[in-house]
Amino acid sequence: MLTKRIIPCLDIKDGRTVKGVNFVNIRDAGDPVELGARYAQEGADELVFLDISATNEQRKTFASLVRDIARHINIPFTVGGGISSVADVAPLLEAGADKVSVNSAAVRNPGLIDELSRAFGAQCIVLAIDARKVDNAWVVHTHGGKNATDKKLFTWAKEGQERGAGEILFTSMDHDGTKAGFANDALSKLHTLLQIPVIASGGAGAAEHFMDTFILGQADAALAASIFHFGEVKLPDLKGYLRQRGISIR
Amino acid sequence: MKLVIIKYNAGNIQSVSFALERLGVDFTITDQAEAIQQADKVIFPGVGEASTTMRYLHDKKLDAVIRSLRQPVLGICLGMQLLCKHSEENDTPCLGIFDETVKRFEPQPDKKVPHMGWNNLTLTANSWLDPALENKFAYFVHSYYVPVNAHTSSLTEYTVPFSAAMHRDNFYAVQFHPEKSAEAGVLVLQSFLNV
Repeated sequence: MLTKRIIPCLDIKDGRTVKGVNFVNIRDAGDPVELGARYAQEGADELVFLDISATNEQRKTFASLVRDIARHINIPFTVGGGISSVADVAPLLEAGADKVSVNSAAVRNPGLIDELSRAFGAQCIVLAIDARKVDNAWVVHTHGGKNATDKKLFTWAKEGQERGAGEILFTSMDHDGTKAGFANDALSKLHTLLQIPVIASGGAGAAEHFMDTFILGQADAALAASIFHFGEVKLPDLKGYLRQRGISIR
Repeated sequence: MKLVIIKYNAGNIQSVSFALERLGVDFTITDQAEAIQQADKVIFPGVGEASTTMRYLHDKKLDAVIRSLRQPVLGICLGMQLLCKHSEENDTPCLGIFDETVKRFEPQPDKKVPHMGWNNLTLTANSWLDPALENKFAYFVHSYYVPVNAHTSSLTEYTVPFSAAMHRDNFYAVQFHPEKSAEAGVLVLQSFLNV
């Protein structure tokens, strides 16, 4: 039986793991290869590494970090951050990444999803969507949540699927950093709307939030960062908790 | 032992080589017919689309090389699908080692496509896979599958039971990614190295 996936997310800046709380206030959480290997050992099902470096110069070093990650880690991982072309993606996949995530560049140029999907296959294209509720509509934001767009979550997710995304990574900006649970209403609606897997992101604070998002949100996978980095929820405990409650878990 | 990974436009060559490095196994990556034919064992990796890949193999004359191999060959993911007779993915004639047609998963309300993530293995009798892999989880990511057949060595279920691993003569194949399947993946690669 296909299991639900638990995905620790590592934000990378200047080669180090960091985590922004509500997209600001960065704290250091250590060496990404070491941390990723520890999570793999502890039973993480996949990993996500997001390059949040601001300059292209820093980005160039990201491909060598990706190679280092692939060399040491024996589970699948997604990389993202600042990807805006086929040329950006090729070196990351060649370095051993399994998937890439696109966000702002896909909003600016939706054809990018088609291009990437044709070039590399839908299975390795993750469309990341950051959204928050504004006047009862889920408004898509870009650039780490700074810029509101005219796109709405559900139509954009559906368009992403039709253009060839293999997975949707939905972060609720309203829930991110609150540690009060995932946006399960919106996730459940995405599940019903889409035929590709959905990763829940934003709001994890405790083991029961993962159970809720798998049951109420019908998410295929759940992603979290700081609660893992700072040991508030430990992967083996979390997986044991979910397994005991009948969730299909590796 | 001379182990060769066939070099072509497959997306997972780097990951497969890192997995072999972690096992401490020596290997070479080559698209040279002679080097492939002289190897003791051959790995045929694969991530990509069937028709583009078959065209590439044909242009490089690697299709004939693969068909001619008599030593143990391990096809991975698309590599396994291409060892079949035909794929529904863009109606592609494949290598024909296994007399099977590769089909597309039909999405169902609770079954997304691609089949992506960790799913458990059920070994068939006399499987070439280490018995310790029974009911262990491997990492899958694919939209097409090989139906269960006489050469199936392990089954997994997703909308239907399908072939997670196969074996015929000197050809071995897995639909999942041993190079990304943590400890279970290590056992799978060792199973092939031990055949």
